[in-house]
Amino acid sequence: MSDFAAAFSSAVSLIVGLDAGLAEIVLLSLRISLSAVFIATLGAATAIFRFPGRMGIVVVLNALMGLPPVVVGLIVYLLLSRAGPFGVLGLLFTPTAMIIAQAVLIFPIIAALTRQVVEDLWEEYSEQLQSLGATPARAMPTLLWDARFSLLTSILAGFGRASAEVGAVMIVGGNIDHVTRVMTTAIALEVSKGDLALALGLGMILIALSLGVTGAAFVIREAARG
Amino acid sequence: MVKKRTFQALLIGLVAVMPLASTSVAADKFITIASTTSTANSGLFDAILPVFEEKTGIEPRVIAVGTGQAIRQAKNGDADVLFVHHRASEDAFVSEGFGVKRFDVMYNDFLIAGPKSDPAKVHGLKDVVASMRKIAEGQKPFVSRGDDSGTHKKELGLWKKTGIDVKSQSGTWYRESGSGMGGTLNTAAGMNAYVLADRGTWLSFKNRGDLVVQIEGDPRLFNPYGVILVDPKRHPHVKAELGQMFIDWIISPEGQRLIGEFTIDGKGLFVPNAKG
Amino acid sequence: MDKTILPLHVTDLAFSAGGTNLIDGISFALEAGPRTIVLGPNGAGKSLLLRLCHGLIAPSSGEVTWAGANESRGGSDPARRQAMVFQRPVMLRRSVSANVEYALGLRGVSKNARQAQIDEVLSRTGLQRFARTPARVLSFGEQQKLALARAWALNPQVLFLDEPTASLDPAGTRAVEQIIAAIQSGGTKIIMTTHDLGQARRLGDEILFLHQGKLIEKTEAQSFFERPASNLGQAFLNGDLLW
Repeated sequence: MSDFAAAFSSAVSLIVGLDAGLAEIVLLSLRISLSAVFIATLGAATAIFRFPGRMGIVVVLNALMGLPPVVVGLIVYLLLSRAGPFGVLGLLFTPTAMIIAQAVLIFPIIAALTRQVVEDLWEEYSEQLQSLGATPARAMPTLLWDARFSLLTSILAGFGRASAEVGAVMIVGGNIDHVTRVMTTAIALEVSKGDLALALGLGMILIALSLGVTGAAFVIREAARG
Repeated sequence: MVKKRTFQALLIGLVAVMPLASTSVAADKFITIASTTSTANSGLFDAILPVFEEKTGIEPRVIAVGTGQAIRQAKNGDADVLFVHHRASEDAFVSEGFGVKRFDVMYNDFLIAGPKSDPAKVHGLKDVVASMRKIAEGQKPFVSRGDDSGTHKKELGLWKKTGIDVKSQSGTWYRESGSGMGGTLNTAAGMNAYVLADRGTWLSFKNRGDLVVQIEGDPRLFNPYGVILVDPKRHPHVKAELGQMFIDWIISPEGQRLIGEFTIDGKGLFVPNAKG
Repeated sequence: MDKTILPLHVTDLAFSAGGTNLIDGISFALEAGPRTIVLGPNGAGKSLLLRLCHGLIAPSSGEVTWAGANESRGGSDPARRQAMVFQRPVMLRRSVSANVEYALGLRGVSKNARQAQIDEVLSRTGLQRFARTPARVLSFGEQQKLALARAWALNPQVLFLDEPTASLDPAGTRAVEQIIAAIQSGGTKIIMTTHDLGQARRLGDEILFLHQGKLIEKTEAQSFFERPASNLGQAFLNGDLLW
């Protein structure tokens, strides 16, 4: 129990003291996860448009939702390593590599959930939209906009998975101080140093962050629902 | 449709702000140093590398993994400098053509920590091999790195001297955690087991639980560190010039002095031993 | 003014699914002017016929031909001069006027011209005060009026309606019927299905009577109701024809 108390107080002192190192790590974490979500969402929208309802794709997507992050990290690492096919880009151990790994990781979630939502909506809308003269291509943005609340949920699910994972970003980022250290890898580091109180404190901050993002999304959603 | 515009504006604003959140990623000069968790966890790098960066403007980026992984990364060309602590592997790295030349940098030592109750009754013994034999014969819990690191190889070397085949006992009293030094220490503390650790990580480790130092001082626990430039002939993209500057600095009188001055809780940790 | 797409010629139209002939060799021609009501018991194929004519479904065989162009070859011109209102109104998640604007946008109406047309159809359907209200918040009857307004804004030459008042109360039904009458007086051809005989009597000028996918009668409304030519028609009017 004393660990929890110590954790809480270290978390509070980090925040109150406006610890610069903490701010840096938090901003980087947000930047990477939000970028990954953005890219994955674009990819998902494209995929849904190009391959609507193909049974095989659906099965694969749903299976990929359970991809272990560390495996994704390993694959991206092998691709980006100097010894690998994309080594010349020199992306290993940079935030870009982490964004790529996380985007790959959350793409199946966002794509599968979005596809389901869009498909359900298409069932409801298709005749009327067809009657009005909308081609499937023209209908896609309409469906996405009308499904915006459900889509927000799937995007948040993707964000949650991205910001919570540590295996992939550890491998492709290297947890380099000031460069590729994010909340989760910082926590892992503190655990490995045996500083459990600090690790837990950072964990509390990470949870608070997650709550913040989800809460903000909720507020936006309610305001837009108007 | 007003709501849609607000939404779009928010989205664009968010996207626009993101690149600003990056701080030092756009550093012009940096080198990648593949090193080990033991070294990094001690805090040495945090203490002395800023001096190097201040002086040369080169940002040293340390990837801290197990020795085996560090060497693999260096062989792949994913690092510019290799800084580990397993002599045999380092010599092989150079002789196989991956590295230019190995330089001594510093040494410290390993120790064996164990539960205060000392069930194997090895406390204070000077002979580490005999002590480990006692632990094995008594089947007292022992946690190994199990991750092909410098520490792990050191540990296996010592077990070999005892003549006991610990691999076959894996999963019983002998437990392989497959983790870095910190993770292994966490596990050992949680299981109240014996563990071989480098002094650097041990001194800075904050979750010792019931563990205390049981065995130290045996010359066979000597732990030398070496630094090697990854050969640009093998990997042309390697930052040979900047990497060499780092090596030159760390074996220079200034770098060596900083290493010697590094302490944890007032205790010196590494002994600088670069030649010349 | 565009060239008229009427008369509509339907020739040997057939549609089958799952081994059943749902529409079985139907032929007829529809001219501009009279309100055409498609009547028949459940499963007669009324809704299906409308969808085939409007181009939402491709026939298994036969042709739907609009004044010269061949619909079943996918000509898009005739389609732009038609609109359809369904039994359950489909509203986008946006305001009432935005729903109308969406349709205008699809048809390529310039942004400047849209507002005037939106205002006109909303006031003519009595929805003006709901212009900024989210469409999904409206009552069912009001949503159906919005569906009509939306279709009206497109200025269609032909308006298909599939049981438009089936789910409405009498007041809602009356309001919708009035709007349909107004649309028709602007020159739009009305083709509508219903199972409500009273409505058919009120609104119909000519009747297409279907039974089990076949066209049994096509006659002037008054003669159908007073003296149907077929036994099936008589049975239907008596309420004896359930399917």
